[in-house]
Amino acid sequence: MGKLGLIIRREYLAKVRNKSFVIMTFLSPILLVGMIVLIAYLTKVNDNETRVVAVLNESAYFGDSFFTEDGVSFVQLRGMGLPAAKDSTIAMGHYGLLHLPNLAGPDQVAQGAYFYTREVPSTAVLQTVESVLEDDLRAYRLESLGVSQEQYASVRQGYDLNTETFSGERSHKGINEFKAIVGGSFGYLIMMFIIIYGGFVMRSVIEEKTSRIIEVIISSVKPFELMMGKIIGTSLAGVTQFLIWILSAGMLLFVVLLFMDIDPAILMQRPGMPGLDQGLADSALAQDQTARLVIEEFIQLPMGMLILFFLVYFVLGYLIYSSIYAAIGAAVDNETDTQQFIFPVILPLMLAIYVGFFSVFSNPHGPIAVAFSLFPLTSPIVMLMRLPGGIGEGGVPLWQLLASLLFLLITFIGIVWLAAKIYRVGILMYGKKPTYKELYKWLKY
Amino acid sequence: MQAVLSVREVTKQFGTYKALDGITLDIPKGSIFGLLGPNGAGKTTLIRIINQITFPDSGSVLFDGEPLKPEHIARIGYLPEERGLYKSMKVGEQALYLAQLKGLSRQEAKAQLRFWFERFEIGDWWNRKVQELSKGMAQKIQFIVTVLHRPKLLIFDEPFSGFDPINAALIKDQILELGQQGASIIFSTHRMESVEELCEYIGLIHRSRLILSGKLSDIKKANRTGRYKVEWSPREGGRGLEHLQEQLRISEPVFHPEEGSYTFTVQLDDPQKAAALQLLAGQGDLSHFSEWIPSANDIFIQTVQKQESHG
Repeated sequence: MGKLGLIIRREYLAKVRNKSFVIMTFLSPILLVGMIVLIAYLTKVNDNETRVVAVLNESAYFGDSFFTEDGVSFVQLRGMGLPAAKDSTIAMGHYGLLHLPNLAGPDQVAQGAYFYTREVPSTAVLQTVESVLEDDLRAYRLESLGVSQEQYASVRQGYDLNTETFSGERSHKGINEFKAIVGGSFGYLIMMFIIIYGGFVMRSVIEEKTSRIIEVIISSVKPFELMMGKIIGTSLAGVTQFLIWILSAGMLLFVVLLFMDIDPAILMQRPGMPGLDQGLADSALAQDQTARLVIEEFIQLPMGMLILFFLVYFVLGYLIYSSIYAAIGAAVDNETDTQQFIFPVILPLMLAIYVGFFSVFSNPHGPIAVAFSLFPLTSPIVMLMRLPGGIGEGGVPLWQLLASLLFLLITFIGIVWLAAKIYRVGILMYGKKPTYKELYKWLKY
Repeated sequence: MQAVLSVREVTKQFGTYKALDGITLDIPKGSIFGLLGPNGAGKTTLIRIINQITFPDSGSVLFDGEPLKPEHIARIGYLPEERGLYKSMKVGEQALYLAQLKGLSRQEAKAQLRFWFERFEIGDWWNRKVQELSKGMAQKIQFIVTVLHRPKLLIFDEPFSGFDPINAALIKDQILELGQQGASIIFSTHRMESVEELCEYIGLIHRSRLILSGKLSDIKKANRTGRYKVEWSPREGGRGLEHLQEQLRISEPVFHPEEGSYTFTVQLDDPQKAAALQLLAGQGDLSHFSEWIPSANDIFIQTVQKQESHG
């Protein structure tokens, strides 16, 4: 095994055997799954609670429309006035009282209806009650117009404009956002990885300085070898941790959900949006269609290409940033001194994420998106958000991708070279926190 | 005399500060060499250049006659002044790692480690973490790691700082034994008296320049002052100190009433020595006569003063 291999092996083992690392590795998925399960469980409990609404119907309408649905059940009150009904609703501990006054027509009844509750009613209950009246009102109106339910359904047909790019690719509303989310997840993953494991690299360098072993080591190996070995070893530990997280979290989630009999779909459901007045079948159909389109798009995504470029941008981006982290670690004596150097490093990462979410989502090939996907300190994140749109026509122009990679590669070589110089001098400097000016001087030693 | 290491006109500059200025010196094969000088003189910079941690701006270093190459690292053992170990690593694992970095195979490293652990009677430390060891224990490990790969050249930077006297003596014996087995050894220290007795050769560095180097005995000879320490008591009824003072350049005389003797220093040129001895022996009882030999420290101070008065 060469020296670089030895260093990588030591750094990897030192990291993986570290107690807090082990605890984090195995605790995080449990915490994550625990949180998801808790949310799912609470949602389920919430859904299971049936609220009873008393109905005092003094009108001639809406007679047989109150069925238990969506966690709301109805109790009919008869033969009493409104005050008595209120009292008995409170006495019975029901959720609320719906009063339909005795008026001439369904519209008037609906206008004069009141829903009494102890507190401000929950949106879910209110929606259920409203939808009962709404559906009935529509039926009365259709009847008075002489329109059948079937005729109405045919009128209610939705419409989507067919769209196609000039190159003949079918596209859909919201698909830009969807693609950006896929790319965004890759970009976000890179950012998290850099911040977590770049920090590990930095702390590991500081540890070697404070334990004074550094000079012993670099009398045997080149500082550059030590730095690269450290970066690679730490990132391999990071990849291991990520894999354990993904695998164990997935397995745990599956097992727990199965065990607790929670439908995984519960997590996918969007909270009902008020004002969606389509019939149940309609909305299900629409949801189905959107889901189908999303899945279709997902399958159509050039996954192989995405993963390939994810790896390229990930490796180069991570190496750039972690060698900066290593240089920072070498420049200081303890972690508290790192703050002033770390902020300028994190800044471009944050910028990339924000620019990505605000600019790339709405216009993946606009000037801001292009600029940030060329700039090497942000391109690993921003370019990945653009790439799901494909390369070439309709996607990222080939020259932009090549330019972005070229800049990244040049920056990679430049930054690693600079960082190695600062590292080489810094690891042997003890005592005082250097200024930026001194760091610049070190480059010339 | 062959040199294991030749430093030729080495100059190193940090910004505007010249850390080494045209240093030229030879470390003879199999010798113990004292690299002496006050703190900040440039000793550590020179050592780092020999270990290829930093590189000279100009000049060259020859190891065994060839220009310094990365492969030479495996033949040099270096115990830096700033030394330490990975705190959370186990002793054995760590020693194996450091030995392998020096180019030993795992098996060789293990065999060597077993030998040294037995010699220092620390076999049961193998699975302990460094943070559980005392400072003295950790230093033994550092020493072992330095010499483990049987280097031809051993460099110790301030080796005895931080060692307690017992461990210091133990380490000193081990170093001398390695020297007898043929290793060349460089001691670097600002406490010159601590290594003077060990060193055959010395080099004095002051303000980035080598101001003196060579065989210690030669240097001492060259720095002879012609001063002799004398203890002498006048013979009963004979002539006293005044008579001697008429004929010899005597300084710092002290009378010791209990012994009835004088101690003093006398300045003599070589040709005068025989006559002076005759005089002393003839006029009284000569109980002590020895040349006052300057220590490395004295020579250093003298040389620095001489240089500064010359400008």
